[in-house]
Amino acid sequence: MLQIPLWKRIVILGLCALGLIGAAPNLFYDRVERHNDAVAAVERTGVETAEQTAAIADWPSWLPSAIVNLGLDLRGGAHLLAEVQVEDVYKQRMDAMWPEVRRALVSEAKVAVRRIKGADSELRVEIDKPEAMEKAVEVVRGFASPVVTLTGVGQNDLDIRTEGNQIIVTLSEAEQVATDDRTMQQSLEIVRRRVDAAGTREPTIQRQGQDRILIEVPGIGSAAELKELIGTTAQLTFNQVIRRTSNPEEPAGIGNVNYPSAEEEGAYYILDELPVVTGEELVDARPDFDQNGRPAVAFRFNTSGARKFGDYTAEHVGELFAIVLDGKVISAPQIRTHIGGGSGIITGTFTPEETNNLAVLLRAGALPAKMEFLEERTVGPELGQDSIDAGRVAAIVGTVAVVVLMIASYGLFGVFASVALGLNLSMLFAILSAMGATLTLPGIAGIVLTVGMAVDANVLVFERIKEELKTARGPARAIELGYEKAMSAIIDANLTTVIAALILFFLGSGPVKGFAVTLMIGLITSVFTAIFVTRLFVVTWFARKRPKTLIV
Amino acid sequence: MAFRLRLVPEKTNIDFFRWAPVTFGGSVALVVAAIVLTFFMGLNFGIDFRGGTTIRTDSTQAVDVGAYRQALSPLNLGDVTITEVFDPTFRDDQHVAQIRIQAQEGDEAITPDTIAAVEAALQTIDPAITFPSVESVGPKVSGELIKTAIYSVLTATVAICAYIWLRFEWQFSVGAVVALVHDIALTVGIFSLFQLKFDLTIIAALLTILGYSINDTVVVFDRLRENLIKFKSMPLRDVCNLSVNETLSRTVLTSGTTLIALIALLVFGGDVIRGFVFAMTWGVIVGTYSSVYVAKNVVLMLGVKRDWGKKPEGGPGGTQFADIDA
Repeated sequence: MLQIPLWKRIVILGLCALGLIGAAPNLFYDRVERHNDAVAAVERTGVETAEQTAAIADWPSWLPSAIVNLGLDLRGGAHLLAEVQVEDVYKQRMDAMWPEVRRALVSEAKVAVRRIKGADSELRVEIDKPEAMEKAVEVVRGFASPVVTLTGVGQNDLDIRTEGNQIIVTLSEAEQVATDDRTMQQSLEIVRRRVDAAGTREPTIQRQGQDRILIEVPGIGSAAELKELIGTTAQLTFNQVIRRTSNPEEPAGIGNVNYPSAEEEGAYYILDELPVVTGEELVDARPDFDQNGRPAVAFRFNTSGARKFGDYTAEHVGELFAIVLDGKVISAPQIRTHIGGGSGIITGTFTPEETNNLAVLLRAGALPAKMEFLEERTVGPELGQDSIDAGRVAAIVGTVAVVVLMIASYGLFGVFASVALGLNLSMLFAILSAMGATLTLPGIAGIVLTVGMAVDANVLVFERIKEELKTARGPARAIELGYEKAMSAIIDANLTTVIAALILFFLGSGPVKGFAVTLMIGLITSVFTAIFVTRLFVVTWFARKRPKTLIV
Repeated sequence: MAFRLRLVPEKTNIDFFRWAPVTFGGSVALVVAAIVLTFFMGLNFGIDFRGGTTIRTDSTQAVDVGAYRQALSPLNLGDVTITEVFDPTFRDDQHVAQIRIQAQEGDEAITPDTIAAVEAALQTIDPAITFPSVESVGPKVSGELIKTAIYSVLTATVAICAYIWLRFEWQFSVGAVVALVHDIALTVGIFSLFQLKFDLTIIAALLTILGYSINDTVVVFDRLRENLIKFKSMPLRDVCNLSVNETLSRTVLTSGTTLIALIALLVFGGDVIRGFVFAMTWGVIVGTYSSVYVAKNVVLMLGVKRDWGKKPEGGPGGTQFADIDA
């Protein structure tokens, strides 16, 4: 007969209560958000301002404080999809190897060598004595070391082949994979640190596929601003100056580059491409002023950087020395004395803000490779607010219309279904909040669609009960059979929709993913409310009233 | 007797297959027409699939498309489309336009300089103008997005059919897939006919339509499966008819509530998701039609085995989940 054990009743009602409590913070979105922001800020900085104390006190801490994240299309912000040019690192590796290879070939293989320009990711060395080739290859092979990966056991990190009197060195496939992975991890970390330093709320920074990074920052003005923050290169190097020139087209020669000066219009420097020290060896950078009171950035190297810098300055007293940032010579001071201790300052035509930004960038470290931006989207906060308002109106109108239709069609049972619909929505919000899921504009559409479809399971059951009533086996039996027989249709119908939602989730991106999540959770909660909650109502009502006839 | 709204009479006995040649033939003709139309007229792909940039402008002054175009022409951006956007949710003095710029030769995403130049040019003719959204997609990503979109629709169709095949019979699965192809073709077709913007959200809508349409189809199939066991000697055509009639009031009510919610969204939801909501609204209508007139017709044409009750492999269909109890 129609009975639901007590423990089941408690579980069902408990879940409903949890849904209501979990969804409640979303009704006070601004307050809860201020509370959460203040708590996070206090945790991060350790100090608490009066404003933060007020914000924290504004929402009682014993209440749940999880709220749904608003997606970029609702809150406004910027979205970037960047592709990391992982091959850049191959070139850097090859460039860094060249001086050592040269030294070894000259001293051990006794050949004269020169580097030939080839593809960026290879080191092409020509030797003058073909008969010494075997020995030369052996020497170069000495540079290779085994790669330790899951698949590449026994592989070396370098592939070495010969072509006539040339030796060509490239990174092996296994090493390329390993390098790419390191490059990506490093890039992600640096992007994350730079975005975090700007202190925006809940940025999303994710690796996508082989060589891409997805960056979503709510509340930022534009994608261009975000790009600036990330800094497409921000590579700091210290290079040897070969000579100064005023001709931007002047050929620099192999192993050298021609960079413009950031300070002087029309001044160019021919530099040794291989830096003496790079920004990677910096341990600290902070804004400062030089002895004339001009804004400057003070920096300090780590031990190996300090030694390289010290040795170099000792050997090149009197020469010019270039400080290069992003392909521009910031300044090229003369080395007056040996600089030991590994610290110094960079002066240039900076404003105090610029020195501050530069210091932040230097501290965060350089990106290992360039990034190309494949996709960028900016949504203004007003447009997002308009969308929220429009979505809210649509949800209210839709819900009211559905409720009216249900009550008109099923009377008291329609009321049960409507209450279940309300519980369904609050559970949906509670789960979205607890998951930290992101609500997007298509997500709101998903919720409205759920409102429409959620009653389907109830309709199936009610229609079935109605049919069973005709066979006149009594109302209790009709209700029982109604639920029993409608079950297979409910399960099959909803599972197939879940399949579509799952595929959307795995293949979709951004807003579409948000839609898939809301649709899926909405389906689960609607089935739960239809087969458990509405049933509990119906059964409880029936036990109280014991009606002889039933009108559905 | 309490008042009850009856969208469908208590007991119906409509012969849904009387006009089968017309309804099914009509559906086939429409699908063919939609495919031909899409093939010849093409789709108005958004930047997600074509690459390029869209800029949304918002101003208190009226939109003058000609002046906008003139302001932008010195920038040599290639193909630029400017359309004014109208929506009942806008304020009286809110004038919105959508500017689409083709992908620029040699650039992945459009450069910030170009966007700044466009914004500056528009500001000279209308100082009050603002730019609530700027989106730019490079050709590399757009190519991949279109591939993913096609894969996801295909994967969803195959997965759903596999499920139907497992739970029902292969004839049902064929019926379901034909109905799904029908729904997708007609939806894509209407986007081609009116040259509505076809972007990633429309793919999301297509997948939702798949889910909804199959939901509807399954409910009728479920009843058919049950009736096939119950009325072993009744001709298939009559069993089909009976099943559709029995589930008719549910079909109408569920489609009705879903449509009401969607129409509310269509009217009040703002122009940003209008295309998406339109696709779903249309899909619900087409999906409801197809589960009765397409899926059932296919099952009817293919015939189905009638000895359901004899070998209860995995339990007789209709009550497989009956032991789930509250």
